This record gives sequence, structure tokens and C-alpha cells, in this order.
Amino acid sequence: MPDLNYLSITEAHELLVAKKISAQELTEFYIGKIRNLNPKIRAILTVCESQALKQAKKVDTKIASGAEIGLLEGIPYTAKDMFLTKGIRTTAASKILEDYIPPYSATVIEKLDQAGAVLIAKVNQDEFAHGGSTENSSYHVTHNPWDLDRVPGGSSGGSAASVAADFGIFSLGTDTGGSIRQPASYCGVTGFKPTYGVVSRYGVIAMASSFDCVGPVARSAKDAQIVFEVIAGKDSKDSTTIALSDKTPRDKKPVGKLKAVFYDDEDSNVVSKGVAAIDSSLLNIQTEASIAELVPLELALAAYYVLVPSEISSNLERYDGVRYGSKAKDSKDLLDSYMKTRSEFLGPEVVRRNIIGTYALSAGYYDAYYKKAMQVRTLIIQALNKVFESNDAILVPTTLEPAFKLGSKSDPVEMYKTDLLTVFANLAGVPAISIPIGFEPTTGLPMGLQIIGKQGDDIKILAIAKHIQSDSNWHNKLKELKL
Amino acid sequence: MAKLSLDEIQKVALLARIELSDDELVVASSEISSILDFVDTIQNTDTAGVELTSQVTGLTDVWREDLVEKCAIAPKLLLASTPDMQDGYVKVKKVL
Repeated sequence: MPDLNYLSITEAHELLVAKKISAQELTEFYIGKIRNLNPKIRAILTVCESQALKQAKKVDTKIASGAEIGLLEGIPYTAKDMFLTKGIRTTAASKILEDYIPPYSATVIEKLDQAGAVLIAKVNQDEFAHGGSTENSSYHVTHNPWDLDRVPGGSSGGSAASVAADFGIFSLGTDTGGSIRQPASYCGVTGFKPTYGVVSRYGVIAMASSFDCVGPVARSAKDAQIVFEVIAGKDSKDSTTIALSDKTPRDKKPVGKLKAVFYDDEDSNVVSKGVAAIDSSLLNIQTEASIAELVPLELALAAYYVLVPSEISSNLERYDGVRYGSKAKDSKDLLDSYMKTRSEFLGPEVVRRNIIGTYALSAGYYDAYYKKAMQVRTLIIQALNKVFESNDAILVPTTLEPAFKLGSKSDPVEMYKTDLLTVFANLAGVPAISIPIGFEPTTGLPMGLQIIGKQGDDIKILAIAKHIQSDSNWHNKLKELKL
Repeated sequence: MAKLSLDEIQKVALLARIELSDDELVVASSEISSILDFVDTIQNTDTAGVELTSQVTGLTDVWREDLVEKCAIAPKLLLASTPDMQDGYVKVKKVL
């Protein structure tokens, strides 16, 4: 049998086409890997073995019939537990959905299913995606494959850890304020947040509806693009979706040379060195001292932490123990049942965000918080548009530091600050990708570079990331991980 | 920003339909106050005349054909995760 560790989508596809391995064998290999190594990493919430093997068998039958198969057919992947999966428990890492088995699947899961991809596991995350370390999961923490004492990042920590540990060839995550890019950066993998609206949110458990984006976590930008092109597109079940072709030119290679501005904030020495090494044949990079003069980051973060909890408090009203989900026993009346159910089954960070959001939206505070934050959102969009007038992309470190130690950020505000460099892309709904760009010398941990573009420039951003990866090896260092 | 009093937190928690014990109220009061301090930088920004952004797609009035679509999901399956049921109906405590 060929070496199946750390295969790319294309490599796995070629092995399947050449019949060097069957889809069932590939699925079994990954399930075996999860069984052996997941106790160390704890990235997985639910393994979907029987459904996965059934799907793999379908692909094998197709291959045996001599029919051509698509790139994703038979490719094992994992999905964050925010995606509804028909017949497979979906928890959002919350106790309030501990026994919830969805009666339908998210559009993106359906699309991947139709493309023949094999869902092998649902992965851990911060509860309802509220957090930046996966420590807010109501089930267990997840360990960073590069250093088991550290967080994998969050909220899509299970996605990033599962791709880094090779428990699947790619993963689906969600990104409301950096939840794909930050864990991708911490785990040395590639994470792509598309333009808001180009990927359907139907069947994705809602966090903050005007921010939530679905995107791939993969081991390269090339793989991320393959997945993105399958999941993108207008969906009649999500009225906020935009057809990819509306905004994204389908030509894969950008015409002419691109211009980017790199902001070297604080002590991101590793990232600056990585950026300096980027081949300049595609990209002219101008370095600026600080992004703060052009995009007020602290202000963006503050506006984000008003708007997002507000949307959360509205979206999470549905968890009331009536139609589905967990319900508290022994309540005296309907109000008491709501109060007890939510108090018993929602975790501390979810409670905090619901209270902040309810406060910001309540009579007397709406103008000072919610309305003001919506205006700041406009200012951030205007500031970014100005940068994009003369640049194709903004380059900026994904995080200021590498993955932090488990348990080291117990103060909620300290945790929020890890989103400093990622939230502004969500406020503006623009596409952003994080790719590995180097390793912090003292800890040996990966650091990520973000490439951010204009709304609709998804393919261009992916092209820049692919260009960088075609000429560097940071994204292949995963293969040296010893688990 | 003034620290949120226990009474204020209690009032907001009631609006959010979350029961907090006396100890939890004390913790929440301090945590929520420090989060509000943190987001208060937006108050110092001049936003006179700035438009509000509530969404970023620019889409307005998205319609679909006025056709009845059959729900592909069987009602029985939809109700399979309902915690409290009686005779095929969702059971709730008395409202009136």
C-alpha cells in the first residue's frame, strides 16, 4: 500500500483513479488514524464510521464501473460541529444540543456529499463558536498537534487540529471573527474565509448572521480552492447568498502583476522574514510600519464585540427547550422553564455574550452601543476600501503570537484580544486566507500570514496564496510532525 | 463606564432568559463591566452623519417565485428531537 499520510486532494484522487487504493481503504485508514491518535489531540466529537464507509463504497462502485470520478470523490474530510448533518449528532459543542440529531443537512454538506466527499467525523469547537481556543467546548479541550500543552486556536480548533494531525484531508469551518484563520495559523495549516455571502449558511448553526462565513481548512491553498469551488454558490435557501460569478472573475490567473501592502505590526519578526522571502514575480509588496494608521484595529475589535454579541443574543433565543434540544426538569412555569434550561445547558462564555448582546440592544442603550457600532462598521469598510483603491491585497500577520498555553487566558477580554488582526475582514465581509509563513524560533510553533482582498476577489486571494506556496515550504512542514 | 449593578445584571439576565445564582451575578457583574469598558472606545469616535451598516452584501428585497414547495422532511423526523411531546404535539407549560 502506498504511504497515505498527509496526502493532498490531488494525490489522493490520483491514487483512487489508478486503483492503488480504494475509497473504502482510504476511509478506513483515516478512521484508524483517528482511533490511534485522537486520544492525544481530542479534536473529534463524533466519528461517522458507518455513513462514511457507505459513501466510500458508492465511490468504489463508480470507479469499478469505469466511470470518471471528480476530484473530491472518495476524499475523507471532517466538519466543525456547527454544520447540520442529517442523521449524525450535531452539538455546536454545547450541552443544549447534546442529543440533537438533525433531520436535514446544511447546503455545504449536501454539496460535498454530492461531490462524493466522505465525511468521517464532526470536530470540536468553542461552544456555538464563541471563543478563540476551543477551550469553551462543553465537552473537552483540544490539543495543538505542534505542542500538546497549547490550544489549537478557535473557534474552528477541531478543524485546524484535525487537518494538522491528518485526521482528514480537509475540514469545513466557520469564521465569524477569525475562527478559521486564527486556528489555521496556530496549527500550521491553510484556512480560507470567503467573501460574505458566496457560501450558503443554510443549515449552519447561526452565531452572528451578518458575519458568519463558511470556508475550508486545508493543508494548502490549492486544496482550499478545490473545496471552495464546490461549496460556493447561490442557494435559494439562503437569501443572503451571492453567485460566485457575480463578483469573482473565473479566470484562475490574475492578469499582470499584483500590488500588496504588508503591515508589520508589533513583534511579528517571523512573519516579516517570511514575507521578505516571497517571490516578487507575481506580487509587488510595499511594507508599511503599522496597519493601525489605516485601519483602526482596536476600534474594529470593540465594534465587533458589540455587534456580534447583539446578533448572538437574537440568534440564540431559539434554544429554549421547547422544539428541540435539552430541557431542564422541574420548572414551575414557562418562564421558569426557559430560565432553567438556558442556565443549565449554556456554558459561561455563551451566557456572557447573550447578556452583553441583550444589554446592547435593550432600551436606553441601543443608540450608545448597537447603533454606534454599526456606524463604526461603516468607517472600517471605508478605511479598507481606501487601501484597496491602490492595492490588490493587504498582507498582515494572522495573530501577534503563536498558539498560547491551555488555560493561560482565563480573562474573557484577554481572549477577545487574540482576534485583533482578524475581525476587521468580517466587519467588511471581505475574503481572507491564512497560510503558514514561518516558525517562531523559541517555541518552534507555526505563524500565519493573512492575505485579505476586496469583496468578490476570492479567486485572486487564493491565487496569491497558491503563488506563495508554490515557492515556499512552510505548509509542508506538517509532514515532519511526530504525534 | 459605571460598573453594572447586580440589579441591572439581574434585569438583563431576565431579558436574556438566563437564570443566574447570587454568586454568578457577582461574577457576571464584574466580567460584563470589564467587557463594556473594553468596547467603550467606540463612544470616543466621531460618527456624526455616518451611515449604519447592518449587512455587507448590498442585497435588498430578495424574492423567490411565489410557489408552494413541499417540505422534504417528514414531520415525524422534525419532531424527533423535541424534548416534550404529547399525541404528536409539542408540549409546553401553560401560557395563560
